[in-house]
This record gives sequence, structure tokens and C-alpha cells, in this order.
Amino acid sequence: MTATPAESAVPPEPTAPPRAARSSRLLAERVIEAAIALAGVSTVVIVALIFLFLLRESTAAFLDVPLRQLMGTRWYPIEGLFGFLPLIAGSLVVTIGAVVIAVPLGLITAIYLGEIAPPSQREVLKPIIEVLAGIPSIVLGFVGWVALAPLVQQLGATTGLTALTGSLILAYMALPTIISISEDALYAVPKAYRDGALAIGATQWQTIWRVVLPAARSGIVIAVMLGIGRAIGETMAVMMVTGNAANIPALGPGLFLQPVRTMTATIAAEMGEVQRGSLHYSTLFAIGVVLFVITFGINYVAGRLIGASGGPRRRGQL
Amino acid sequence: MPFDLQSPVRTIQAAADVPGPRPRRAPVGRAVAVALAVVLSAAALSTAGCRSGSGDAADAQAAGTGRAIQNKGSDTLVNLALAWAEAYRGVAPDVSIAVTGGGSGTGIAALVNGTVDIANASREMKDEEMAEARAKGMDPQEFVVAIDALAVVVHPSNPVDRLTVDQLADLFSGRATNWRDVGGRDAPVVLVSRETNSGTHVYFLEEVVRKGDADNPDIFAPQTLLMPSSVGITSEVQRNPNAIGYDGLGYVNPAHEKLVAVGRGGSAPYVVPSVASGADGSYPIARNLYMYTAHPPTGAIAAYLDWVRGPHGQRIVADLGFVPLPNGPDGAAP
Repeated sequence: MTATPAESAVPPEPTAPPRAARSSRLLAERVIEAAIALAGVSTVVIVALIFLFLLRESTAAFLDVPLRQLMGTRWYPIEGLFGFLPLIAGSLVVTIGAVVIAVPLGLITAIYLGEIAPPSQREVLKPIIEVLAGIPSIVLGFVGWVALAPLVQQLGATTGLTALTGSLILAYMALPTIISISEDALYAVPKAYRDGALAIGATQWQTIWRVVLPAARSGIVIAVMLGIGRAIGETMAVMMVTGNAANIPALGPGLFLQPVRTMTATIAAEMGEVQRGSLHYSTLFAIGVVLFVITFGINYVAGRLIGASGGPRRRGQL
Repeated sequence: MPFDLQSPVRTIQAAADVPGPRPRRAPVGRAVAVALAVVLSAAALSTAGCRSGSGDAADAQAAGTGRAIQNKGSDTLVNLALAWAEAYRGVAPDVSIAVTGGGSGTGIAALVNGTVDIANASREMKDEEMAEARAKGMDPQEFVVAIDALAVVVHPSNPVDRLTVDQLADLFSGRATNWRDVGGRDAPVVLVSRETNSGTHVYFLEEVVRKGDADNPDIFAPQTLLMPSSVGITSEVQRNPNAIGYDGLGYVNPAHEKLVAVGRGGSAPYVVPSVASGADGSYPIARNLYMYTAHPPTGAIAAYLDWVRGPHGQRIVADLGFVPLPNGPDGAAP
């Protein structure tokens, strides 16, 4: 890419190069452009292929298991009970818990880093937070299982392996993403916005809440969505700390203190031994389809949110 | 039945009318899940990698004098299989045996796919698995290699120390949800089980939750915590005063969890699981552990299986807390 604009920006050369050299350069440009376009398109193609593959492998489940049974309340595959509700409920409860914990915490940290902390602190804290994103999920799961679960049990749960334990671990995993990207979004807000707000007499807090945050809104929404995506798709850590009981959690104050089984943990735990080509096998792929549709829905809603607020994305803005 | 050992080597009659599923390639999902299961299956597995890893196998093969036997399957059997493999190096130094876990179904699937020589299983091969193997021209052979008494464990502070099979069925199917219902204190019962793909889970479902009655539709209560490994069960029982779980006797640590005596009901005595009560058949919840080969074994594999079921191999069974086969070595069955 670098060579192309430079080449075309050069004013007409004093002596035209030989025809052959020029046409070969044009050809090279075309090839490079095609390669770049291919790279862009291939992402879309791969996503489409993955979805088609999931659909193909899960057809048997959608055709052979009555819809009423897929919407059932019991997941016990070795006896042919394929109710998705407990798994969907499990994933939702754990993810909502993680979002409720991680989003406010992440935003506040990002605001502190981007708007309040002196540069010396910012230079130290930001790299450390980004390192957190690199901790393998299995390690966090192990910490949750050994250290966090006994603490959660003391909150009055019958066991320490609950949705809350999973939410806490997932929140911790989503935090670096949320902090880092929202902070970048805040940083991208032009300095003139802050100067203007302060010049007309706004306090620092008013500037942050009324001017900077709204201006960075689209970047912050992306940060939150990536955080949620990390949370709903996480498998290993969740499998270790949520108890994996395929039970629809009872609504009420104890909602988060019950064990749950998530969709991802179900696929991971059962795919290893399932008979290939069996109904159970294709049902696990059907769970994958449901998961895919949910993540796609979240991304779509996020896209609409950004579109409704800020109009098309401008350059210089995240 | 657990002690039906009339002929140690049984050729299995496959149900030829069961259609086998289409064999497929690229079992990526399975490989990933196996990797996960291995990670979760205790530190024992990581030492396994060091002791009987591919390095040894490569050495043996490079020397040209021996061969590596690939052995994979049941997590219940993995520690035992490792101990056998290690001891066998003293008997036949030129044969090296690589042991991995992953679960009974994983091992059998690997056997059918031709990637292992011996599959470990804590349950018999299913009809579908047998049909798939036969469709590939295999003739799977079953060997009973040990007996496992399934211990029911509770937290040491739990006053309940004996239960009938009926009471266990009530607890694990969710009919009894408070310890008061079975003579304990007023506290909710926390059920702990292996995952549904574990041979241990299936055995407990059939013999305890359904009390051996194939027509009984009872299943585990939905609140049951499903643990991906034996370690998950022991750690939860050790730290949760209201938990009840079950696992192979060889995995129980009586110093940190309490063994529950189990009775068949009526006037039958309550029996604490042990090597002795497992061997004489008085303990109600005991099962066979199996090794499978794809064809009638020959050479190094046949020698290894004979040794495993012989006096030396069965002494290791007892050392690890499993129950040795009655009547000792091969061919001495009643």
C-alpha cells in the first residue's frame, strides 16, 4: 500500500518512463490491490463458511428433534433430552452478571486513566492492564476454582460453584478489553472539545460527562461489545467454576448464587465423547448455531446503537 | 454384573443390525475436548507425560528392539494404567507404553479410529461403537482388568454415615433434597457427579439412580453439579459440608472425605467400600474395568495384557485402591 499513493502523488515526471516499465508497474498495482481486496473479502467468506458448516452439521438436530423438545427445560443428552433452555439461561445469567460488574468498573477505570490520571501514572498503568488480557483463561479458571469459589460459598450459596463465580472471572477477563479500548476512544476525542467546555465554565466532571463521554460513545460501545463477546464465548474458565448443573436458575435474590451450565461449557464437555453423526453430535452443533446467532445479534444491536447516535464513523475517531 | 468373570477373555457378539454412523475425518472438536479433559485430569496426567511420553517410545523404536504401545481412555483407569506401564518397563524394558486419559468413550473412539492399540474403559463398549468397529473390519476384544468399587463420599462433618441404595436413588434423582430426609441435619443436599460422558456417571445412573432396573426412567436431578474430572468431585466434597458425591475407590482420600457405608436395603448389612468388600461382592456398587483391543492381541500387546491380569499386575491394582480380579492370574477363573 505504501508505494501506491506515493507513486500516484508524484507530479508528472519530466521524462516519461519507457512504456513497458509503466505498464508492468500498473500490473503490479493491480495485483497488490486485488490481494488486499481478497484479504478483506476472505474474512467475510470464512465467517459465512463457518456458519454454513455449523448449519450443515446441525441440520439433523433441527429436523429430528421436535422444536418443543429443543425448547424444553431438561438437558440430559444420554437419555435423549435436548432442552436448550437451561443452557441458554446459564449463558445469559453468567454473561449479564459479568457485564454488570465489568462495564461500570471498566468505564470508570478508563475515565480515570484517560482524563484524570497524570501522564506518569497512565504510562505505567495502561501497559499493566493490557498484560492482564494475556493471562490464559484456564489459569483464571483455576484461580476461580481454588480461591474464589470458597469465598462465594460464604455469601450463602449452597456451593461455591455458581453463576456469580463465573461472572466474576469473566468480568476480570473482559476488563482489560473494555478499559483499553474505551481509553483509546476517550483519547481520540479532540482536545478542542475539552478546551471549549472548560472555557465556557464547565467543571472537569461536567466536561467528562457531558462532552468527552458522548463524543467517545461509539468507541465505548465497541469496547463494551468486545467485552461481552469475550464473556459469552469463554469456555474453560466457566466450565471450571459454574458447577455445570443444567438447571434453569430460579429468579429471585439468589439468581446469581445458583450453579448453571453454559452453552460453551456444554459443547466443550460433551464433544469429546459424542458418537460422530449421532443426534447428540448434531445437537451440540445446534448449540453452536444458537451461540453464533446470539453473538451476531449483539453485534448487530451494537452497530445500530452506534449508527443511531453518532452517524457514520469519522476519521480520527475510534 | 460386576463379578461375572467366567471367561476373562470374552469375544463380543456385535449387533450386526445396528447401522454404524458414517465415519468422518478431522475430529478437531474431539481433539480439543480431549486436550481439555487431559488438562483437567489432575496433576497425575502431567507426570504421565514425563514418565511414559513419546520420548521413551521414540527411544525404544530407534533402538529397533521394541515398540510403543498406545494406551488411552477412561480417566478412572488412567492412574492404574500409568502404574502398570511404569512397572512393565522393569519386566520388558524394550516395550514402552504411552498412557493418556480423556474418558472411556474417547479411548474407544480412538481404538475404532485406529490411533491406539489398547483402549481403557470403565464401561462395556456400546452396540453402536461395536458396530462401527466391525464396519471397519475390526474384531474388538474385551478384557476385564480390575474391579472398581464406587465409593459414596460426604464431608467429614456430615453426621450421615450410612445410606441404602434406595436413599441414594432418592438423593441423586432429586426426590430427597434435604439431609433431614435421610437422617441428617437440616441442610440442602448438594449433589456432585462426573459429566454425562463418563463411564462412572453411566454406571451410577444405571445401578444406583435406577437401581438396576432398565425400565426405570429416573435420571439425575437437574441441580447436580457435573464435574469434568475426579479432582472436581473430591475438592467439592472436601470443602462443602452439604455435598455428596461418588467416585472410584482409588480416587478417594479417607483423610479428607468420609466414606458412606451402603446397604442393599431391608435387613441387608451396610458395607463400607474397601478392596475386601469389593472383591467378595458384599459391597453393592462395584463394576468391572476393561481394556479393549481392536483385534485378538498378539506379540507384545498380548504379553502385556497377560501380565496386567496376572499376579504382578493385580498386585498393583490392590496397591492403588482398586479391587483385584478374583482368582488371580489369567485362566484361573471359576
